[in-house]
Amino acid sequence: MGRYFGRKLLIYALTFFVAASIDWMIPRFMPGDPVQSLLSRSHVTPEALPALQAYYENLFGLDKTILTQYANFWVALLHGDLGRSVYLSGTPVTNVIMGALPYTLALLVPAILLSWWAGNKFGAIAARRKVLDNGFLPIGYILTAMPYMWLAIIVAWVFGSVLGILPISGGYSFAMEPSLTLAFFGSLASHWIMPFMSLFLVMFGGWAIGMRNVIIYELDADYSRYLGSLGAPSGLIRRYAYRNALLPQVTGLALQLGVIIAGALVTEIVFGYPGIGKLLLAAVQNQDYFLLQGIFLFIIVGVLIANFLVDIAYVYVDPRTRVGMRGGAA
Amino acid sequence: MANTKRLAVLLAVTSIVVGACGSNNPTPSPTATSATSAPAATSAPAATSAPAATPAPTAASADTYPRNETLYTTGTMWGPPSDASYNPLDPNPEMGTVGLVYETLFLYDPIADKFTPWLADSATWTDATTFTIKTRSGVTWSDGQPFTAKDVAFTIGLAKIKAVGSNIWTYVTDATATDDSTVVVKFNNPTYQQWAQWTYNSPILPEHIWASKANEDILKDKNPNGVGTGPYMYKTAAQDRMVYVKNDNWWGIAAGHPVAPKYIVDIVNGANNVALGLLMQGGIDLSNNFLPGVATLVDKGYVKTYYPKAPYMLSANTAWLATNDVKKPMDDAAFRKAIAWSINVPDVVNKVYGNIVAAANPTGLLPTWDKYIDKAQVDSLGFKYDPAKAASILDGAGYKKGGDGFYTNKDGSAIKLTVVVPTGWSDWEAARDVIIASLKAVGINAEAKIADTNTRTAALQKGDFDLAVVNDVQLGNTPWTYYDFMFRQPLQDPAAKNRNYGSYSNADAWALVQQLDKTPVDDVAGMQAITSKLQKISLTDMPIIPLWYNGAWSQVSPGGWTGFPADGGQQVYPVTWNGYWQMSAIQMLTQIKPVTP
Repeated sequence: MGRYFGRKLLIYALTFFVAASIDWMIPRFMPGDPVQSLLSRSHVTPEALPALQAYYENLFGLDKTILTQYANFWVALLHGDLGRSVYLSGTPVTNVIMGALPYTLALLVPAILLSWWAGNKFGAIAARRKVLDNGFLPIGYILTAMPYMWLAIIVAWVFGSVLGILPISGGYSFAMEPSLTLAFFGSLASHWIMPFMSLFLVMFGGWAIGMRNVIIYELDADYSRYLGSLGAPSGLIRRYAYRNALLPQVTGLALQLGVIIAGALVTEIVFGYPGIGKLLLAAVQNQDYFLLQGIFLFIIVGVLIANFLVDIAYVYVDPRTRVGMRGGAA
Repeated sequence: MANTKRLAVLLAVTSIVVGACGSNNPTPSPTATSATSAPAATSAPAATSAPAATPAPTAASADTYPRNETLYTTGTMWGPPSDASYNPLDPNPEMGTVGLVYETLFLYDPIADKFTPWLADSATWTDATTFTIKTRSGVTWSDGQPFTAKDVAFTIGLAKIKAVGSNIWTYVTDATATDDSTVVVKFNNPTYQQWAQWTYNSPILPEHIWASKANEDILKDKNPNGVGTGPYMYKTAAQDRMVYVKNDNWWGIAAGHPVAPKYIVDIVNGANNVALGLLMQGGIDLSNNFLPGVATLVDKGYVKTYYPKAPYMLSANTAWLATNDVKKPMDDAAFRKAIAWSINVPDVVNKVYGNIVAAANPTGLLPTWDKYIDKAQVDSLGFKYDPAKAASILDGAGYKKGGDGFYTNKDGSAIKLTVVVPTGWSDWEAARDVIIASLKAVGINAEAKIADTNTRTAALQKGDFDLAVVNDVQLGNTPWTYYDFMFRQPLQDPAAKNRNYGSYSNADAWALVQQLDKTPVDDVAGMQAITSKLQKISLTDMPIIPLWYNGAWSQVSPGGWTGFPADGGQQVYPVTWNGYWQMSAIQMLTQIKPVTP
């Protein structure tokens, strides 16, 4: 067990190191000067420009050699400091991201978990019911093939513009201030439901289709037929098949995480939902390389942690991993 | 305060997550909806009636802004305002920091070309080098302290700190408050035009608060809840909006021009579909976003703009083609002129912008500066779209076409120009394509150069470009800014270059620019005489090629408020961008009225 996780952790640490280094390099080696772009937005007189430029280069730590900057980056990173946002006049990037993170997590975590759970259940049921299967199959394929953003636009158009029952933008009503009241929670939820729904639907389609296909395969497998020939009740066979079918779905979850996060980001942009995705758009639009770098780092860490959790989950759902680990340890 | 709000959001968001995850009912798909349908249903009816998804009755306990007291705006913010700077000395503070919270001595009205005393009661040049300011009486800071002449003298003195990024102390020699309502500013060789800009652009700060902050780190202060004299005070900011609340002790109320909205909620810019959707639903009253194709919506009556017909918008700046005037073949004025005659600006105006911009005058001077345009001279020297004329200029200058049908340099080498605009500026990218097609039609080979904003700015500074669309000079009181940009000498260090990207050198023109700067702002005839000479140089030598006037994008949704500025109505810029509040946009807030009081 220890060796298994030790090896996994080492791989994750290496991945993190490489990814963070690339993440650090890209903005630095791109042409253009972020400080200049900050100052070019305001009407700074030529006489005052050099002083301001020096001030901001010092603030962003750009007045050091490139190797010192790289060393400083790692020191700062280990202290949880991701640098300062250029566009937001030097606000620490960590603060900026922390403000947006709750919204993204509130979308992603329930959407991923619920769609995975519901999709698998539904796919398993659909695999056994001809009528349901015939009806669901095309819908499922359409859903899963849809780009997140496209479905989001359709959902926004139908519920926001045509029916006008759900707000199309923002984290909560623009007429409200956060407070611990029912009205505020209601507003929060009504703004949450459309982005959640569009994420949920696409993923739900994917998981359901996947599960349906695997279940059909498992129900045809030798062990199912053998169980059947022994006279086991079909409910029992289905339970075994479901457990076996779940394994590739867990692996699929780990593989899909990156795509899902990218999907969540564009969904946020469509709904003006104030999470990391919206922030990413702002960072790109403002050429705010430090913010961009910080966001990517957060995404890298997020994906790595999620993958690690899936690794742990795998140990629990697949007894073979546990057996293998015991065998390895003995 | 801000932290508690953040905590509340965090708690609420987390509880939704927990709620959604916890309610694992046996039936799969309804689970998602059942977790949220209850609260959503309560706010659903309101969503149809107003963007503010909460009806008044249920809102009793929550902190909400009533529709008829709240102005919803967007178009200024590109990042989360909760982390932004509200420091009036910051080069890019949040919208309204200057104008709503902090005020300037004067307002400048770019439509009437008029200065209105604001924090100043009056100000006069008592002699050629002495500017005497009488401050308005009865003005208090939002913390209750009285505003006096000392604050003005202090603010002028603050500009000595390098980080403040001001150059006034290159020509100001002294600023003293001689009594509580008089400030005497002494000048050495005064630059009247620049100083006039200062009087309506620089916010006056309270000495009793900023005196202790005055050092090189003065910019690090984010300064939310800043103490100003203005009609509004910072209330709160979140990830996607910020809120100002009316200052009930604002001097303008006693002076008889109160501002109407109690709250101003400014919403962070999002994707175009969001801004457009909110505008159509009435969720935003005033959008200062560039919305492609908005003319169609205006014609159908969904939204309103300043002009009901083309060009729909007032002009904010001139977009011109910067030519690299020290690089072959753009170093030849005849070649630059040929470029000017060849560009199909009417196509840019009609096809790219759908008529929401106007073609620029050949001088490039904004409509605000119309009285400085020497029209007879423009008639004889100006250019317009005429490919045949462009070709004849090239032929006349001795350029020959090569075997591929394109003109070559005089030494026979091929010409292939690049045109650079920032990637993602979709309107400019489309305009660039029109420019390239126009050049090719005349026989000048050209292609697009793809570069993001920073790369393009760096290329401009280093002179590593052929042609670039630039609009760096914004609306203001004086054409001096425009000519300072065009003719700036000596050429700046490439790392800090922010004027005269084409490195055009003309000592006579630069002498005239400096002479213009030193002309009093009320000496219109003197300014006209100098600008006429400058126009002659710009029209004959073509250091840059003016193309079109970018709009002061402004779309109004008629649902919430009426009485927005319009041609024929109240004539001010309906624009919330930084710099516009003090260009009289603040007066818009005194004129609008709620639709349902």
